[in-house]
Amino acid sequence: MMSFIKRHEGLWLFSHSPAAIIAAIVAIAIIFGAAFAPWLAPTNPYDLASFSLMDGLLPPMWEEFGNPKFPLGTDDQGRDMISSILYGARLSLIIGLAAMVIATVLGVGLGLAAGYYGGRFDAIVMRIADIQLALPAILTALLIDGIARGILPADVQQDLRVAVLTLAIALSLWVNFARTARASTFVQMNKEYVQAAIMMGQRPIRVMVVHILPNILGPLLVIMTVDLASAILLEATLSFLGIGLPADSPSLGTLIRIGMQFLLSGEWWILWIPTLFLVALVVSINILGDFLRDVFNPRLR
Amino acid sequence: MAYFILKRLVQSVFVMLAVAFLAFSLFRYVGDPISQMTGVETSVTDQEKLREDLGLNDPFVVQFARFTGNMLQGDFGFSYRTRQPVAEMITSRIPATLELGIVALIISLAVGIPTGVYTALKPRGFVTQTILMTTLVGVSIPTFVIGIMLIFFFGVLLGWLPTFGRGGTVLLGGWETSFLTLEGWRALLLPAITLGVYQLTLTMRLVRAEMMDVMRSDYIRFATARGVPMRRLYFKHALANTMVPVITIIGLQFGGVIAFSIVTESVFQWPGMGLLFLESIRFVDIPVMGVYLVVIAFFFVVVNLIVDLLYVAIDPRLRVADVS
Repeated sequence: MMSFIKRHEGLWLFSHSPAAIIAAIVAIAIIFGAAFAPWLAPTNPYDLASFSLMDGLLPPMWEEFGNPKFPLGTDDQGRDMISSILYGARLSLIIGLAAMVIATVLGVGLGLAAGYYGGRFDAIVMRIADIQLALPAILTALLIDGIARGILPADVQQDLRVAVLTLAIALSLWVNFARTARASTFVQMNKEYVQAAIMMGQRPIRVMVVHILPNILGPLLVIMTVDLASAILLEATLSFLGIGLPADSPSLGTLIRIGMQFLLSGEWWILWIPTLFLVALVVSINILGDFLRDVFNPRLR
Repeated sequence: MAYFILKRLVQSVFVMLAVAFLAFSLFRYVGDPISQMTGVETSVTDQEKLREDLGLNDPFVVQFARFTGNMLQGDFGFSYRTRQPVAEMITSRIPATLELGIVALIISLAVGIPTGVYTALKPRGFVTQTILMTTLVGVSIPTFVIGIMLIFFFGVLLGWLPTFGRGGTVLLGGWETSFLTLEGWRALLLPAITLGVYQLTLTMRLVRAEMMDVMRSDYIRFATARGVPMRRLYFKHALANTMVPVITIIGLQFGGVIAFSIVTESVFQWPGMGLLFLESIRFVDIPVMGVYLVVIAFFFVVVNLIVDLLYVAIDPRLRVADVS
């Protein structure tokens, strides 16, 4: 548990770190826009009736031929860029968050249990982690996605794209959580309060969740932030590679892939505005993660 | 020493077996190999005959042993998509990926180590803070965005460099190299920078953390107290002791470079293993996916083995620990 003084120190540090403040504002703005996309976006990019080819390839409103109706311009189908980006960021964030939560629950659960029980269970979990750690996350995610394509029947594949992608990302990120949770649990196992709880005959699951978990939350919180950024990046990369989501439900990565077609022509906004959004989102989450690491680990400051 | 090497070799064999098992399970249980190989008009009896010929009805252990045995002899089966031998497809792509990876690694180390040392020695300077902020942005920008940006500036706007393919290559004893032609180098430059820049930030941060740790240690403090000149202190005492972690970094980076070459190769249409792997995922070409996995794991195992052996060669303390 964080002490009261430490919490204050964190706030003090935050108010004195302009980078962290700006990052928080940018992240909150994008997350807010994505969360309320159906209410904020002028049109619905999934609704074919809401846009027309007549409005295609309009530049942002400040450029020549720009139309104030479409502040950031339109793509070749006449979709409003702002709407596409808000909905795209929504999908990116939903997948990133879901993958991060699944990875956290799975990783922390296995890590806690490995640290608590030790022995053979610990050895098995850690060997799996070692082998997976030898392969970078992107390779694992690609592989799981490829396997899912092979196993799933063709008719349900489209419906399950988002779920498969989320799971693939989650399964490639759980190792970090497991290793950190295991190492922190080992440290806690020797403390009196844990020994006392075990002596009192409390059930292992209760000892793990009620006693140990709150005491190892600090470092896990840092990993959660960093891995949220990684999950969003992984999703964007896979979608960019054409492995992730289909083009009719675009995430930020898919939008960038579509925008690549306009790299050589003059329609810069179709490629660069989604790219800017993705980078701004990930950079601000990473800055916040870095800030949290400084708060929890003063030695590195 | 011999015991240490032997132990690591045995471990490596186990890792390779685990990966081979994964590849085998992929091949055997993801999708039906028979339905992939035959068309709709193939009769059921013919399918059954093919199944028997391929040994798909044999016990699991027999099948796995045969699979591993074939792999050891360099027989990796046939691609579902192109019907070519997978071994041929992969080996023809290896030079492209390795050359790209090596140049990227050199870029990452040549820039990453000096900046890492600098930012560790002057942790509060303005330049350091700027570099740190830039690298934070650097790790946050996805590889493919870096690639697109480079293509846009140097390919589209300035028109200096080609943006796809390998340009001119020369066949050198069965190895198709870009290193011997100007066109080859020009084509290599952008993808290698893309891949290198991403790894660069990681290299720098690791070197920095390691160097800061060393500078805090007692022997550096004693050396300072004894009046060892700062220059000598930095480069002789401190840097020498960061060499072991730096070697680990090189090992790790090489793995990262090979894996992230998938993305870079896709952006630049670089005809390497990564692009092949991506195509095989798109077409659910299981044999190619499986073999790619085995080949990559083999690279990892070999690099890690070399790294471990270099440790022992560089740091005498590890040798003492090993004896006891």
